[in-house]
Amino acid sequence: MSAYTDLWTLVVIAGLAGVTLLTRCFFFILDRPWTMPAWAHRALHYAPVAALAGVVAPEVVMQQGHLVATWQDARLFAALVGAALYFWRHSVLLTIAGGMAVYLPLHLGLGW
Amino acid sequence: MAPLAAGVSAWGLMTGVAMVKSGMSVVEALAMTFLVYAGSSQLAAIPLIVAGAPIWVILATGFCVNLRFVVFSLHLRPYLMHLPRWRRLVNGYLTADLTYALFTRRFPAPAEATAQRREQEAYLAGNYGVTWCSWMGASVVGIVLANLIPSAWGLGFAGVLCLIGILASLANTPARLLAAVVAGVAAVAAYAWPLKLNIVAAIATAVLAGFWLEHRLPRSWGRAA
Repeated sequence: MSAYTDLWTLVVIAGLAGVTLLTRCFFFILDRPWTMPAWAHRALHYAPVAALAGVVAPEVVMQQGHLVATWQDARLFAALVGAALYFWRHSVLLTIAGGMAVYLPLHLGLGW
Repeated sequence: MAPLAAGVSAWGLMTGVAMVKSGMSVVEALAMTFLVYAGSSQLAAIPLIVAGAPIWVILATGFCVNLRFVVFSLHLRPYLMHLPRWRRLVNGYLTADLTYALFTRRFPAPAEATAQRREQEAYLAGNYGVTWCSWMGASVVGIVLANLIPSAWGLGFAGVLCLIGILASLANTPARLLAAVVAGVAAVAAYAWPLKLNIVAAIATAVLAGFWLEHRLPRSWGRAA
């Protein structure tokens, strides 16, 4: 992909910076104390995993808008190994290192 | 502080490389690093930006990924409320996951006396200072290095693996794990929807599934492992 800078992306980035500020300061922006409704508290348990899984799953199992038709795809094995390593050792860095150690040989060596 | 700096640097380096190798320009990647300063929402936003999703979908996704900070901010409120608002906002904006975890472990209760309050704020500022410098330095190195690495190597996938690691760390109860599975399936099934609405569908479906499951799973399943 030819990476050029466009204004729209910079606007999105500024918006994301606002999201960082809003979420990190959420309960101490206002002076008076306040609470969230109960349903919002419950949604907090599920929305973060849902958003991440929603972004990640298509990045692993889809190719040009379609489900991958072959098992010979380096991403599938790297994602499985990465997730397994996390549940084994609880280290995100190990997940990345181990996943890439699976991904790169399959992708570059075998062309998967 | 040294292990903290090393861990944050490794992560920052990887995020810098992954941003550029996923299709961001150097200027965009630098702007993202210095302004957004939240690795998981940066990495989650990139596929959506590259796909041309509408801004509200990207911001809503970033908001959901960042919801853990909302929980942290409720916890940090009593530590910070004696400060004027602008200082609360500066402290809050710069307090990422590790600083929050280390700060609340070191100071289990908010200070009452002025001297202790100073001590707590000094620790917080020192910690996020080290974190910020490590993250920014490493990210900039990663962004520069990424230009020397051919795109065909597929190093952008490191960003996806990073999100998988964070996802695994958040899926620490059976109900959350099931919500993640539901969201993943929904996002793939609704992939053809316009405007990247499949992400919105995934979040909505998974939250509703979580609510529904809460009452049907054994109580202990809902607690963090």
